[in-house]
Amino acid sequence: MLLLCPLLLFPQFSNILTVQTPPTMSMKAGVETPVKLHVKLNSGYHVNSDKPADEYLIPLKLTWTSGPLAVKSVTFPPPRMEKYAFSEKPLSVYTDDFDIITKFEAPANTPKGEKLVTGKLRYQACSHTACYPPRTAEVKIAVNLY
Amino acid sequence: MTRAPFATVLALTLLAGCSYAPPSRAAIKPTAKRNPAPPFTLKDSQGKSFNLADYKGKVVLLNFWATWCGPCKLEIPWFMEFEKNYRDKGFAVLGVSMDEEGWEVVKPYLERVKMNYRVAIGNDIMAQHYGGVESLPTSFLIDRDGKIAAVHVGLVSKSDYQRDIEHLLNSGKKASAGSRVVAVPAVALPAVQ
Repeated sequence: MLLLCPLLLFPQFSNILTVQTPPTMSMKAGVETPVKLHVKLNSGYHVNSDKPADEYLIPLKLTWTSGPLAVKSVTFPPPRMEKYAFSEKPLSVYTDDFDIITKFEAPANTPKGEKLVTGKLRYQACSHTACYPPRTAEVKIAVNLY
Repeated sequence: MTRAPFATVLALTLLAGCSYAPPSRAAIKPTAKRNPAPPFTLKDSQGKSFNLADYKGKVVLLNFWATWCGPCKLEIPWFMEFEKNYRDKGFAVLGVSMDEEGWEVVKPYLERVKMNYRVAIGNDIMAQHYGGVESLPTSFLIDRDGKIAAVHVGLVSKSDYQRDIEHLLNSGKKASAGSRVVAVPAVALPAVQ
């Protein structure tokens, strides 16, 4: 049976989380602009929130590579407190779909034109019965600075 | 049976088998179908090297885990109990932590939980030899002949573990009298500090 369905089995391990980035953003120099990352988790999985309750748990972390745009803030949505069979206390997690908002601002004197902003979303996912090693999703956003 | 219903049954069977990966409840494999456990050399929390061959003649529960893995931490007290109850019957638990930070995070955890069995830091090479270890916990039950008798991927009930361990301890007694440890290819795995 397993030999017949590797293509159906493997995606659940390799693609638990996906990050959708917006199309090319238009951004005015000197103006703070929010950028939304849409994160989608496969059904039945969760990732720790950015502030997990347990010190050993690996938090969700978004880091942006330094570039022409300054990161003014990164805002995660309110987490869900979910109880799992393997934990005594509810865990602070994200499930299903959620958005992370980053506010960027380019100094007014930044040269205009196309910019590429890159970042990394580090996450550690679990199902109800197993956990997966921490992974990093690369994030790239094209910005048209005017 | 006509072709159409057969195709439907086949499709449904495949979907049922492929669309959901339940927690593993692998039965103990028949002796003839067991493969040798890949050898390894690791260092424990005291810095002492050990390898799987040191445990020949024993039933070994080789558990891949991590401090960030909730289901793994639920199992640890069970394993401590198994170690305590079955040690004198020829049983040992070996914990292999897959924490990237190594002893820096694992040692404090061992002290906090007071783990009574041997723990080492694993590495990707060892994990590859054991099939990749895609998720945690993943545990291998190794019989007295050094062969993998069962693999548990994900959280498995304590009673399932207990039943499997007792089965191997009891069957091992009968089989080991005339048996020998099976030679396995000498794959040198790097010891991890």
